[in-house]
Amino acid sequence: MSADFLYGVEVVLNGLMAGVMYALVALGFVLIFKASGIFNFAQGVMALFAALTLVGIMEGQVPFSHLINEIFGTEIHHFGWHVPAILAIFLTLLVMVAFAWAVQRFLFKHLVGQEPIILFMATIGLAYFLEGFGDLMWGSNIKTLNLGLPQGGSRVIEDMTAKLGGDDFYGFFIDKLDMVATLVAIVLVLSLICFSQYTKQGRAMRAVADDHQAALSVGISLNFIWILVWSLAGLVALVAGVMWGAKSGVQFSLSLIALKALPVLMLGGFTSIPGAIVGGLIIGVGEKLFEYTIGPMVGGATENWFAYVLALMFLVFRPQGLFGEKIIERV
Amino acid sequence: MKIQNLTALALSTALASGTAAADLVLPDLSYRTGAYAAGGIPFSDGYQDYLNMLNARDGGIGGEEIRIVECETGYNTEKGVECYESTKGEGALIYQPLSTGITYQLIPKATADNIPLHTMGYGRTSAANGEVFNWVFNYPANYWDAAGVIVNYLLEENGGDLKDKTLALVYHNSAYGKEPIRTLEALAEVHGFKFNPIAVDHPGQEQKSQWLQIRRERPDYVLMWGWGVMNQVAIQEAANIGFPMENFIGNWWSGAEHDVTPAGAGANGYKSLNMNRIGDLPVFADIKKHVHDAGNAAGDGSNIGTVLYTRGMYAAMLAQEAIASAQEIHGVSDVTPAMVRDGMEALDISAARMKELGMEGVGPEFSVTCEDHGGSGLGIVQQWNAADGKWVALTDYIEPADDITTPLVEEDSAAFAAENDITPGCYNG
Amino acid sequence: MFYREAGDFKTSYDADSQTFPIAFDRYRYWVVLAVAFLVIPFVINDYWANALLVPFLIYAIAAIGLNILTGYCGQVSLGTGAFMAVGAYACYKLMTAFPDISILIHIILAGGITAMVGAAFGLPSLRIKGFYLAVATLAAQFFLVWLFNKVPWFYNNSASGQISAPERFVFGIPVTGPNTEAWAMYLICLVFVTGSAIIARNMTRGSMGRKWMAIRDMDIAAEIIGVNPLRAKLSAFAVSSFFVGISGALFFAVYLGAVEVGEVFGINKSFLVLFMVIIGGLGSIFGAFAGAAFLVCLPVVLKLIGVDLFGWPPDLVAHFQLVIIGLMIMFFLIKEPHGLAQLWRVAKEKLRLWPFPY
Repeated sequence: MSADFLYGVEVVLNGLMAGVMYALVALGFVLIFKASGIFNFAQGVMALFAALTLVGIMEGQVPFSHLINEIFGTEIHHFGWHVPAILAIFLTLLVMVAFAWAVQRFLFKHLVGQEPIILFMATIGLAYFLEGFGDLMWGSNIKTLNLGLPQGGSRVIEDMTAKLGGDDFYGFFIDKLDMVATLVAIVLVLSLICFSQYTKQGRAMRAVADDHQAALSVGISLNFIWILVWSLAGLVALVAGVMWGAKSGVQFSLSLIALKALPVLMLGGFTSIPGAIVGGLIIGVGEKLFEYTIGPMVGGATENWFAYVLALMFLVFRPQGLFGEKIIERV
Repeated sequence: MKIQNLTALALSTALASGTAAADLVLPDLSYRTGAYAAGGIPFSDGYQDYLNMLNARDGGIGGEEIRIVECETGYNTEKGVECYESTKGEGALIYQPLSTGITYQLIPKATADNIPLHTMGYGRTSAANGEVFNWVFNYPANYWDAAGVIVNYLLEENGGDLKDKTLALVYHNSAYGKEPIRTLEALAEVHGFKFNPIAVDHPGQEQKSQWLQIRRERPDYVLMWGWGVMNQVAIQEAANIGFPMENFIGNWWSGAEHDVTPAGAGANGYKSLNMNRIGDLPVFADIKKHVHDAGNAAGDGSNIGTVLYTRGMYAAMLAQEAIASAQEIHGVSDVTPAMVRDGMEALDISAARMKELGMEGVGPEFSVTCEDHGGSGLGIVQQWNAADGKWVALTDYIEPADDITTPLVEEDSAAFAAENDITPGCYNG
Repeated sequence: MFYREAGDFKTSYDADSQTFPIAFDRYRYWVVLAVAFLVIPFVINDYWANALLVPFLIYAIAAIGLNILTGYCGQVSLGTGAFMAVGAYACYKLMTAFPDISILIHIILAGGITAMVGAAFGLPSLRIKGFYLAVATLAAQFFLVWLFNKVPWFYNNSASGQISAPERFVFGIPVTGPNTEAWAMYLICLVFVTGSAIIARNMTRGSMGRKWMAIRDMDIAAEIIGVNPLRAKLSAFAVSSFFVGISGALFFAVYLGAVEVGEVFGINKSFLVLFMVIIGGLGSIFGAFAGAAFLVCLPVVLKLIGVDLFGWPPDLVAHFQLVIIGLMIMFFLIKEPHGLAQLWRVAKEKLRLWPFPY
């Protein structure tokens, strides 16, 4: 088998894993949109905030230290302790649940029944607020995320597959972090699906996603379900933030990963969890293959826009995305 | 809201005009927020700490106190313009925007307002031609010099022969990243190596495809022109694919501590350029004593001694020398921006002077002339030692490839002069 | 008491169908124009022009354009940044290729070119709706920015990839380039804003605007009663892109002078203009102005208060800017989901009855 073909296979495999990383981010959007019809522009910033909080707690940083030092003239920066990773993750989850409660109580409770674009704008305001708040709380310099996640290509796979091609082929490169991310994503999606199918609250969530009025009339507390959904989105944001932050450090650019998830949402449909996964895989493979084959002819760096063009082409044939709810319009 | 605005403006102008008369105003267009904060914070810390130390230890420059006006740009062009407009009225003497985008905005504005612009190691490379760009200086080196320095370093490593080697350039897909391509193409023709530019889209959070391509093609050397998150991700990806880090060389904006620490031990051996030699300089002790211990540190004080902190301090030192030179030439201590421009044009930084200031060898020796605003273009190559967490200088100051870059500078500055109706010539009054 | 239609009788159809039927509104309009054209140019200085007024005017034009597309026609578009880039680059190529023709013509032509590009990228709107369309326009955004970065013809093969506006004169006064006076920058933008607002207001009041609003409210029903959706949607994209292109050309030539497409016309610009339109109020020309004023002036005012008045470190102020802007957006949306224009309308309604409560 020629080295070019094998490298093509490698590109496809890496594209699948990149797609999983995108899907992780897209999951958060889908959860919230399904249950409340809100397109949560703040999802990327939530991932950043969750990762910042995790690192801040692990390193024993004093929250709002810059502000406190400025007002009181003190010089405190660290508590001096280091919190172990598991406990820190749990504490961060508590913070995200508190955030979900606050968002529901102070923002969306007052905006029930508004048009989707107004709710979208509200999440934009939330994104601005959370970004500034995260910076105030933990500072805007870059932080290293040290959860002990493995990085680097898997030498085992490389050596095993090196014999497949000729001298030009160096073995398949599969990043260990990507493999961990795929495992985590599988676990996350399976547990989300189990949760929504087999537990009482999960069924309530699906009921709310279907029809708010009917769910209310059966006695389901909309408020509680929305807080639950935002907390789940916060959990997903934390996972996404950790996976992406492990590679690049936790800093402002982390919030831009939301832009990578948008084509996935377009393709898979805004309301479908399997759609997010399948969409992510298609986008990941599509953009990497395009960059590998046609990219060199047009000068490279095509990934950004090709993902959107690919999603656009699918949308033209299925305007609600591959798995999205069919848009029924009544005149 | 408007009334508040007017009062605020009135108050600030009152404050400004009250004290501007007796102060040397140095604006600091910094970015402590936004995507590039990791680089902007230590640079601004170094810049301000050094100037505050001069105030505390020496009473300023030539007896005049320095007043720093900080303005947050967030690396954003529009905010940069707003910061420039709001600070120029206070008698700003030198602008150092630390951003190529903002520099391009300010070049025509600062020229029209007669305020000198110092863009060391970034900005518009052809500003080295002082006859076209009377008010813009980019000493001690620029991007085309950097490309030349890297190639000269590699030539030395390979016994003077780079024929048939492949050099890949991983660059940020913006004006900044594209700067060295023309020079490297010219150098490739001269020395016979293959040059392969690989673009990375902003912000550079995702570079899997590019590094898989590098893994397939196995270039001999990979150069990097990155800034912000692109640096951290590139170094991490290079370590992931097992690329030999000693063949991975970044430019001076891709060689700071925060770029290599996320990758941990994997970044060991990564090389980068530096226009400064870092180390434990005596001036740091002075800064600690006069500024940090007095509770006046610009940031949280943790950045002292790092690559970008040293560079910020170096920029402040060059500003100090320019002002001192201006004071000497014109015989007054309360200098105007035009006088500082003359001072910059007459600048002569020698090894002895740097030692006097407590920063021996922090930069190359160079002198500025009316025709050459670009300095000597020298740079050193440093390597990261992950175990010690330190950058180690591998070489002394290496020459750039002036024979290739000088005609390119002339060509580009001539095009600028033609587009903007400038008659090249030294500035005289 | 002052603001009423009572006693104001119209004697011709023209008078009856005018834009401002209430006399107070008419006088207010003329006073605002008088102040804008006759008073401000004499008191303006460099800082006010560069930091506040000129960006406000330019973003107002862009917001008018996007309001036509999103507010009147209901097509959410996130490609505004790229269309501004099209306007800027079109203006640059025209300026450098035909240096003798007046820049005013160039700016209008740039708007025309952007209209054609906008109509082309608006084709997916015939099939895709809602937020899906918004994400589809992002394809336009990223593709156009990549194109302008990649193809050297667009930036005249300059080594840096940046485009700079050469100096141009209108009636002998420089309007682009560094020697432009503050009042010249301000006046040329003001002329374009006034023209754009008048054209937009009259288009949206006419049959074209009604067709757009019909499409927005229920496009299937609109099609049934005879509104051609192809024509309506594509014309909305075209007209909207015309204004956005003009604003992009002014942004490049008059305000910034040199532009690097990735940083200036990136996705942030698209979001910013969309925020202005939503905060200002969808479907309202006044809303475009209100939103632009809010999002241009508020950060500057906050910075002035924070840094100059209170003397806080600039990075803390920058963080607080984000927090306060976010809070204000959420607050305004809770108080009045239909934007500042709705607040204005409600205020006018109350004024018509004042001093009576109802």
